Amino acid sequence: MEKFTVHTGLVIPLDRSNVDTDAIIPKQYLKSIQRTGFGPTLFDDWRYLEPGEPGMDHSKRTPNPDFVLNAPRYAGASVLLARENFGCGSSREHAVWALTDYGIRAVIAPSYADIFFNNSFKNGLLPLTLPAEVIDQLFVEAQATEGYQLTVNLEAQQVVTPSGAAFAFSIDEFRKYCLLNGLDDIGLTLQHADDIRAYEAKRKQTAPWLF
Amino acid sequence: MAGKTLYDKVWDAHVVRQEADGTALLYIDRHLVHEVTSPQAFEGLRLAKRQPWRINSMVAVPDHNVPTIGLEHGITDPVARLQVETLDANCRTFGITEFNIGDIRQGIVHVIGPEQGATLPGMTVVCGDSHTSTHGAFGALAHGIGTSEVEHVMATQCLIQKKMKNMLISVDGKVGAGVTAKDIVLTIIGEIGTAGGTGYAIEFGGEAIRELSMEGRMTVCNMAIEGGARAGMIAVDDTTINYVKGRPYAPKAEDWEAAVAAWQDLHSDADAVFDRVIHLDAASIQPQVTWGTSPEMVLPVDGKTPDPANETDPVKASGIRAALKYMGLEANMPITDVQIDKVFIGSCTNSRIEDLRAAAEVAKGRKVAANVKLAMVVPGSGLVKQQAESEGLDKIFIEAGFEWRAPGCSMCLAMNADRLEPGERCASTSNRNFEGRQGQGGRTHLVSPAMAAAAAVTGHFADVRTL
Repeated sequence: MEKFTVHTGLVIPLDRSNVDTDAIIPKQYLKSIQRTGFGPTLFDDWRYLEPGEPGMDHSKRTPNPDFVLNAPRYAGASVLLARENFGCGSSREHAVWALTDYGIRAVIAPSYADIFFNNSFKNGLLPLTLPAEVIDQLFVEAQATEGYQLTVNLEAQQVVTPSGAAFAFSIDEFRKYCLLNGLDDIGLTLQHADDIRAYEAKRKQTAPWLF
Repeated sequence: MAGKTLYDKVWDAHVVRQEADGTALLYIDRHLVHEVTSPQAFEGLRLAKRQPWRINSMVAVPDHNVPTIGLEHGITDPVARLQVETLDANCRTFGITEFNIGDIRQGIVHVIGPEQGATLPGMTVVCGDSHTSTHGAFGALAHGIGTSEVEHVMATQCLIQKKMKNMLISVDGKVGAGVTAKDIVLTIIGEIGTAGGTGYAIEFGGEAIRELSMEGRMTVCNMAIEGGARAGMIAVDDTTINYVKGRPYAPKAEDWEAAVAAWQDLHSDADAVFDRVIHLDAASIQPQVTWGTSPEMVLPVDGKTPDPANETDPVKASGIRAALKYMGLEANMPITDVQIDKVFIGSCTNSRIEDLRAAAEVAKGRKVAANVKLAMVVPGSGLVKQQAESEGLDKIFIEAGFEWRAPGCSMCLAMNADRLEPGERCASTSNRNFEGRQGQGGRTHLVSPAMAAAAAVTGHFADVRTL
């Protein structure tokens, strides 16, 4: 997993609440057996005027000029500013893969759906939470200022605006540690293999029907 | 010390180790696997040269991509076919039990788990699918996970988790005639909102929940995730135990006796403390129809679409405007004035035998309305299909003008060929009315099976109680 320490990037404001994972990556692309290649179809239904199917050359499709991702000023954005309950719906990790494949490193929103939130940390994508009024302010600034960038400092747990204003965010210690170090948590869990075996041995005594 | 909730009890019984910051390693008893969210996990195992920790905890089935018609030709979409073949190959390689296409036991993963007795009370159950909350109907702690966690569970039999908060939703009293589990859960989501359960495990209780069959309870828990809660749960009682008894994976002989004794404790203690408690009056619940693009955008059947002009919160008002526009509806429209193009009866929410019986009862002796282009019934599994056919339900549906299909996820998410065309409107017994969910530009209204059948035979949404 890619480490996340400090990231400064162009901000793209997606001004909709309850953005679901079907919108982030539509179902037809879930047929892939790969983890990569989902970036060109991120937000597919909103992003292109014609319907998309796997295997198409997406660069030949017509971008929807009304969708924020297609505005030239947001090309190369790596920080997604979003509204509440981002990533609701399906558990598809493809939604996270689509965001990271597109180049998004951090999402900033007032709240997230649980499964999406969890999936993000497994892929080096930092979903951080700020209060709704701060988000409102960031939306205003990002929309008003071309080239608006934010710096996300995971170690310091701060988001810093171009004017130097800093907003603190909280994060679970274990998740922070894994992100900062780019750690594979399967490896970490397997360090406790003896504990897992001991649990199983005990559980087999009390609830043998589970084995 | 306060008593424990059902969630507390199942959680506590599965903690392998607990870190100081509250992060726990939680043991997983049952891992259900399907073709869409597993290939990358199997690939991860291979790349890291790891083996699955406990193969007999896993049951696999293809469901999302499976065609519901023309199965004799196999899967014609080469991308979908490769995904199903990849699951088959992975299960063969690792020795995992799989119910392949053509096996009578094949079906939607959340239908076949309980049907086989692979879901048992008090278990932890995971699957790379958000509707895993379904299995909480058995007093199990069940929730969806992403593909990285699928790989984690395969490799370690555990998940790294922090405990969720406890919410109790008590549906007090009895529901009226014609009001089903689907109407109960849609009412709940309308009440708490699509993010109301975020961070919580929800226990559904109260007389109306206790009176539900296991099929009804599964419908309610299935949609806990649409209210934001990864896990929904219902206490174990005789209804649960009678359902489980004798199923292929259920405990046998002395194990059965011991299991039933242990399961008696799978309810919240009388003095358990919940972080949030919500009471709903069952008698006030009416048949429900969603009007918008989120399951919280729901109306009783006698309701009208909302008017954004009456909404003071500007973000919400713009959400209502966007949803009305996408759905092709006006403000203040009676929902019963809305005509439909297609009907879908199926999905992990509503494709079990009781659902099909309820729809057939409405369809019996009636005809699908002329304006309805397609009305399809997709049983949840081969065994549900067989049972329905033995009761003659297939004939009732076919006689009424419905198509009787083979089992799978089908038009709930339209990964196979079953989908809406742009602008088409569907009365659907599935769980999500998101934009494009049933096909790009498609318009989904969520209803119960009886209400879907009522819409099919009238051509518009209609109160099944006054049909």
